[in-house]
Amino acid sequence: MGTWIIARLTFREASRRKIALTGFLLGLAFVILFSIGFFYINQQVRQNVQNSPFQSPITMQEYYNTFTLAGLYVVNFLIIVMAALVTADTLAGEISSGTIQSLVTKPLRRSEIVFGKWLGYAILLALYVVLMAGGILLSTALQSGYSMPNVLSGLALMYLAALLVMTITIACSSRFSTLATGGMVIGLYGLAFVGSWVEQIGSLMNSTAAVQVGIVSSLIMPSEAIWRRAAFEMTAPLSRMISFGPFSSASVPSPAMMIYGGLYLLAALWIAVRQFDRRDL
Amino acid sequence: MSSEFAIETQELRKQYGDNLAVRGLSLQVPQGEVFGFLGPNGAGKTTSIKMLLGLVFPSAGSARLLGEPLGNRSVRARIGFLPEHFRFHDWLSAGEFLTLHGELYGMPKEQLRARIRELLELVGLTPFEHKQLRTYSKGMLQRIGLAQALLNDPLLVFLDEPTSGLDPVGRRLVRDIIHSLRQKGTTVFLNSHLLSEVEITCDRVAFIKQGEVLRTSQLKSLVDGETSVTIRCSEPAPETLSGLEQLGKNVRADGDTITLTVSEEAVLPAITRYLVAQGLDVYAITPQRLSLEDLFMQVVGTDGGL
Repeated sequence: MGTWIIARLTFREASRRKIALTGFLLGLAFVILFSIGFFYINQQVRQNVQNSPFQSPITMQEYYNTFTLAGLYVVNFLIIVMAALVTADTLAGEISSGTIQSLVTKPLRRSEIVFGKWLGYAILLALYVVLMAGGILLSTALQSGYSMPNVLSGLALMYLAALLVMTITIACSSRFSTLATGGMVIGLYGLAFVGSWVEQIGSLMNSTAAVQVGIVSSLIMPSEAIWRRAAFEMTAPLSRMISFGPFSSASVPSPAMMIYGGLYLLAALWIAVRQFDRRDL
Repeated sequence: MSSEFAIETQELRKQYGDNLAVRGLSLQVPQGEVFGFLGPNGAGKTTSIKMLLGLVFPSAGSARLLGEPLGNRSVRARIGFLPEHFRFHDWLSAGEFLTLHGELYGMPKEQLRARIRELLELVGLTPFEHKQLRTYSKGMLQRIGLAQALLNDPLLVFLDEPTSGLDPVGRRLVRDIIHSLRQKGTTVFLNSHLLSEVEITCDRVAFIKQGEVLRTSQLKSLVDGETSVTIRCSEPAPETLSGLEQLGKNVRADGDTITLTVSEEAVLPAITRYLVAQGLDVYAITPQRLSLEDLFMQVVGTDGGL
């Protein structure tokens, strides 16, 4: 019961402090921009297919797939940034301002406050993913009739990556200040990002050591590995075999890494609850 | 209730690294008492209250609230708390704010709605029910905070500096609320710097310094106890003064002013009769009661806090 009251409060906060509105408008702007870009690319792709005997409907599908993945890549980045930005202040800010005091002295468990905030932001984040990724997929489908393969599992993995970043942020926020939390989460994300590239390039160069560096960085922060798996799931079959680029993957993270990501999330949530439960306010 | 004490602490201690915030707080506050918690800045008052409310975990010692050990959730349903600086979610309206806290207390909807109406009326904020708290003045925030602390009709209320932002009308309101709480048998734990307020509202006070209770005093005894008296009259003869020794101590005369200490105020008419019988003209007899501020200075010292 307490969890749901706090989740509702979190929701209301997001709407009153214009967080939800800002996110919605930015998301909408992004989808519109993507749609305009897709419109022109689609025109060009159709012309190419008509003019060249080597272009086939299969190559068209590859074009669409790559461009849509590029859009989802940006969506992935935006939802992760959103997940970190919005939640960095959620516990730390309430602790430093003292607003937490009138909540904690009520007959609810401290864990309910953490779960409530987590749940509230998890729902908001889900809406954000649906708005942005859904907008992009819908725009692609309406303009070209193209539909991505394995959309549901791909989006679910993108959501998992965002939830993971959000949960880690809440865990840091239960102990450290807003700024320190932001710094730590961005640092972790940067590490995963660089590690992921080291792994991919290492894989192309057949450098086992570089791949291992990448895997270790993914173990420290699995968010980028989860995105790469999501991108792999949604990549068209032909590109899967040949391509290397920012939106597809030379070295594909295994399903075990996804399970690891899920367990990491649960561990971060447990740490958040435990730290908040034991700290002085 | 299993205990006659609303608050009972034994050697409650809080240490932050090398910094000892509360050395060993031992207190007993009977149910139904209005209890004042006094001390200079940095004496450990806020940390003590935070330990009692479960915001801060004690390093050592134990405490019971309403007969239950600290941290008991069902006890928190019967406690009200007005935090210092009254920092609330200011993007909520007053009505939403009280609804949220009522829900956290687990109050049924209908009862909560009626209670909110009643409390907004009590603290004079009914016309501002739909305004967001960010538009409130400091005094209004304090009033809404007070309403929040009383939502669940608590058995024990902690008020941390409840009058610091209030104008005289607001202070009077707080005083009246505390008075009605006392009549209902609610225990009030009041932390305030405004000694004059404490003097008017509290039954008993504790003076704390460096995280220890130096003394607890019934405020009634301040009124009833030993009193210093100043008398203005025509110049007395030495034998008149020695006669006065029968009625009081430390008799001194300086021209037309006599000072002495009496054990209680009831002696004053006898002194007047005696002086008149001695043929003196008496212009004024003024008992100099020890004020709470005097007592505070005596107990805590003049070095104050940090």
